[in-house]
Parts: sequence; structure tokens; C-alpha cells
Amino acid sequence: MELMTAPSIAEQPTPKAKSSSGCLRPHIEVENLNLYIQNNHILKNINLAIPDKSITCIIGPSGCGKTTLLRTFNRLHDGSVDVKITGKLFVDCEDIYAKDTEVTHIRKKMGLLAQRPCSLPMSIIDNVVYGPRIHGVRGKRKLYAIARHQLNAVGLWGEVKDRLKSPASKLSIGQQQRLCLARGLAVEPEIILGDEATSALDPISSKTIEELFLSIKDKYTIVLVTHTLRQAKRIADYVAFMYMGELIEFGTADQVFNHPKHKLTKEYISGGFS
Amino acid sequence: MLKGRLLKDRIARHYMLLATIFSIFILFLIGGGLLVKSLPIMQEKSLWTLLTTSNWRPFKGDFGFASYILSTLYVTAIAIAIALPLSLLTSIYIIEYASPRILRAFTAVVDLLSGIPPVIYGVWGTLTIVPFISEKLAPHFVEFSTGYSVLAGGIVLAIMIIPLIISILIEVFSAVPKEMREASLSLGATKWQTVKKVVIRKSIPGIVAATVLAISRAFGETIAVLMVCGNFTTLPKSIFDACYPIPALIANNYGEMMSVPRYESALMFAAFLLFFIIVLFNVISRLVLIQIDKRYQL
Repeated sequence: MELMTAPSIAEQPTPKAKSSSGCLRPHIEVENLNLYIQNNHILKNINLAIPDKSITCIIGPSGCGKTTLLRTFNRLHDGSVDVKITGKLFVDCEDIYAKDTEVTHIRKKMGLLAQRPCSLPMSIIDNVVYGPRIHGVRGKRKLYAIARHQLNAVGLWGEVKDRLKSPASKLSIGQQQRLCLARGLAVEPEIILGDEATSALDPISSKTIEELFLSIKDKYTIVLVTHTLRQAKRIADYVAFMYMGELIEFGTADQVFNHPKHKLTKEYISGGFS
Repeated sequence: MLKGRLLKDRIARHYMLLATIFSIFILFLIGGGLLVKSLPIMQEKSLWTLLTTSNWRPFKGDFGFASYILSTLYVTAIAIAIALPLSLLTSIYIIEYASPRILRAFTAVVDLLSGIPPVIYGVWGTLTIVPFISEKLAPHFVEFSTGYSVLAGGIVLAIMIIPLIISILIEVFSAVPKEMREASLSLGATKWQTVKKVVIRKSIPGIVAATVLAISRAFGETIAVLMVCGNFTTLPKSIFDACYPIPALIANNYGEMMSVPRYESALMFAAFLLFFIIVLFNVISRLVLIQIDKRYQL
């Protein structure tokens, strides 16, 4: 059986070219990416082009490498010594794994939402303006305006405006996740990465976050790892299906869910295995 | 009628309660014992005289503790001033930058260092630090120094408490969740920004606790300090002068010249002072920790 049928780039839905920088590649483009952890081949020759200003969901059974793939996008594997990566990964036409690529400006382009919201050990407002501060934004009024704007964007302003100075850890977990999103948005990223961002939340908070994603997708490229198929069906524009470290299928949500090309995809989305 | 296992449960609980009470009681036992023994001298002289004068002539009945108290504080302050920054930088490097292999090797070395008996540090200090101060360092600042000095005591003490602080700090920094670092890094923070604004901030209570433990240890350290301090009862005018910390005073004199009136009581008072300083210091640091919790909103 051929497992190596990851669609060639030509077959994939043609993403919008980024005209501003003269960059003709899709927003995020993965080329022959391989990742090894202590000689275990975790990601196998991934080729993937993630289109601009849309929601792409990466689905697949547990342990298939979807989170690992997501973390390669902003080089979060840098800290682990036993991880080895080969291949290319372009963000805005810049190969982020090239030798001389500086990492912080790449990470600044991406907001990350972790599985469990992780508020920083400081007040609510300091959490939101943490990013702008480290990138050199100064001035109380300016920072306040940023905080207000971003907290509004995630629908949290009304809930926290009277206690901006109280510890972020006192918020409920759903509020914290929205706070984390606001914190990510505050560095004005182009891309939002979500690593099962709703899996620790209650249904109502999950719904709020999903709706947020839908409402901001015209401004950001959103990549979500999820193992809730229903969530992917609800919000995805594009779907990537991974299995055992390989990218099996990539296409529009309609195509992958309704006319899957690959047998494994068909089995997975019909609940044959998980 | 209670069943056997329920009875055992009850006995176990009461037994443990008793053990807990006993260990707390020891604290009061020691404090009380020292206080009772030092009462004779406190009745004879006012507390103020004892604490603020530095005349020490047991045969004439002069007992002034000022120079001992100051010596203790000086030496400890120098030790902490040297040890804390070094330990902070080292443990941050070990946890944040070094590879796991270095971490393992280093932890073993630190454990080894904290197991070395103080007397060895004392001998080493006498052989290296003392001559270094008297020949190389002091001539730049003062006319004459034997090398047996406040500074020598501070340095030796610093070297002794560094392993202690590092091993606590390594625990403290490892307890900061990885996700928190990633949250900061993913916003485009550099490693150093992450360390400074997230890791250290999150660890402030732990850092304070480590410092408190180190200071408590430094206050009481006797042998190593005694060997390099000069043990000379004057108010030290510079860090190159000899000094005489309280533990050294007690260790050097207890058991001798006990025929001198009030001498034993005076030494007991010194012990009580040391005990009191440490208790007071711990209480204050508790209060500081509470304030930090409120202020930094961890």
C-alpha cells in the first residue's frame, strides 16, 4: 500500500500569493520536513502548504505527530537537544530553519495557544502587554490602549476591566485561554497556532474560543491541531490528516470530509479508529 | 468495639500528633533554656549596655557584645553578597542553558561540595584566602592586615553556602513549568527576557526562601569562620580587620575560665542572642514572603 501519497503541492488548493512582500509562496510552506527525536523518526517527509487567512485544522489519531508538526512552525523544538530536524519550512518565503535565521522575529509572527492556558505570573494587564513590552513598546497609556483593544477582541474586556491589576491566575480556565489569545494577538502576529486549544475547556468556553477563531480568520492564518473531528468540521477551511508521522491527505474541509481520497482518511473520519 | 485497623488508624494519628508537638516544643525548650541560663547577667547589666558596648573584660566583669554582634552581621552580609549573585547565575545557567548532561554532572558536584566538612573549608581558607588577602588584596586598601579578617570569613562562608543555595535554586527553577517558558518564547521573547521576566519572577518566593536558609546557616557556621576571622574583640573598622563572630566566641571559650563570675552566663547570653537573631530573621522573612506574594501576584 502506498502511504507516501501526500499530495504534491500542485494538487493542493492554490493559496493566495502574498503580494505585499513579493513572496509567491503560501503563508506557511513545509518542504520535505523530517524530524527525529533520539533517532526515532517522528515526522516523515512532510510537504504542506498552508493558505493565508483561513483556518487549517490538523487532525489525526493521538501520537501521529500533529502537535510536533505544529511546534516546528515556531521552532519550539529549539530548546530540546535531542531533536533533529531536516528539510525546509518557509514562513513568508523565509526558510526558518536556515542556519542564519534569527528566531525571535519568526515567533513574533505567530501567536501560540497551548493545550492548557498558561498565564504568566503577573497581572491580567501585564499578561496582555507582555509581548509589546518585550518588543520595546513603552508608555502607560499606549500599553493600556493595546490591552483594552486586545481584551475587547477576545470578549474579555467587560469581564476583567475592573480588575486588570489582579493576578491572571485568578481567572477561570476559559477566561485564561482567551487572555492567552489576547496576549498572542497583542504582538500583532500573522499566524495563530492552536495546540488543542479547547481540549481543557468546558463546552461553553470552547464554543467562545471557536467563535473567536471564526471571527478573526479574515485577518489571520490560523492553524489548529485538534483531535475533535466535530470541531474540525465546524470551523476548518482546510484539513490536513496525519497518520504515524506522515501527512496522508490535505485539502479543503469539504473535500477531506465528504470525498476523502485516501482509504485511511475515510476510515478515520468515519470513526474507524482514533 | 473498634476494629483493629481503625484502632491502629487512631493510634497512628495521635502518635504523629505527639511527635509533631514534640519537635515544635524543642524550639521553645532551647530558647527557654538559654534564656534562663543568661538571666544572671541580664539582671546585673541592662540589656542596652550588653548590646551596645564592646568592652570585653571578663575578669573585671565587663561584658559588651556589640563587636560580636557586628562581626556576625558583617561576615554574614559579605558571604551573602558574594554567594547569592554567583549562585543565581550558576543555577540559571545550569537549568536554562546547559545540556541535561551538564546538569546531571553538576548536581553531583554540588551535592559533593555540600558534604565537605566545614573544617576543611577552614583549613583551605587559612592556606589560600588569608595569605591572598594579607599579601595581594589588603595592601591596596589598608596599611596592614594579617589576612585573618571579616573578608576572609565572608569569602570562606560564601564558598560554603554556595552549594546549598545552588541546590535549592536548581529545584526552584526546575519547578517553573515548561509551558510558561514556551508562552514567553512564542511571543518572540529572547531566552534572557524569558528568564528575567518569567522564570525569575515566578521563582522569587523560592529565591527568598533559599536566601533565608543560607543566611540562617551562615549565622551559625562556626569552625570554618573561626579559623579565618582572627578572633579579636574589637569593632572591625574595615573588612580587612579581624573580627569575632558569636559562634566563634562561644566555641572558643565555653568550658574554659568558668570560675570567672558571670562568664558562663555571658556565653549563654551570646547563644541566646544568636538564637534570637535567627528566629527573628526567619519571622521577618516569612512576612516578606507574604508581601511578595501580594505584590507580585504569582
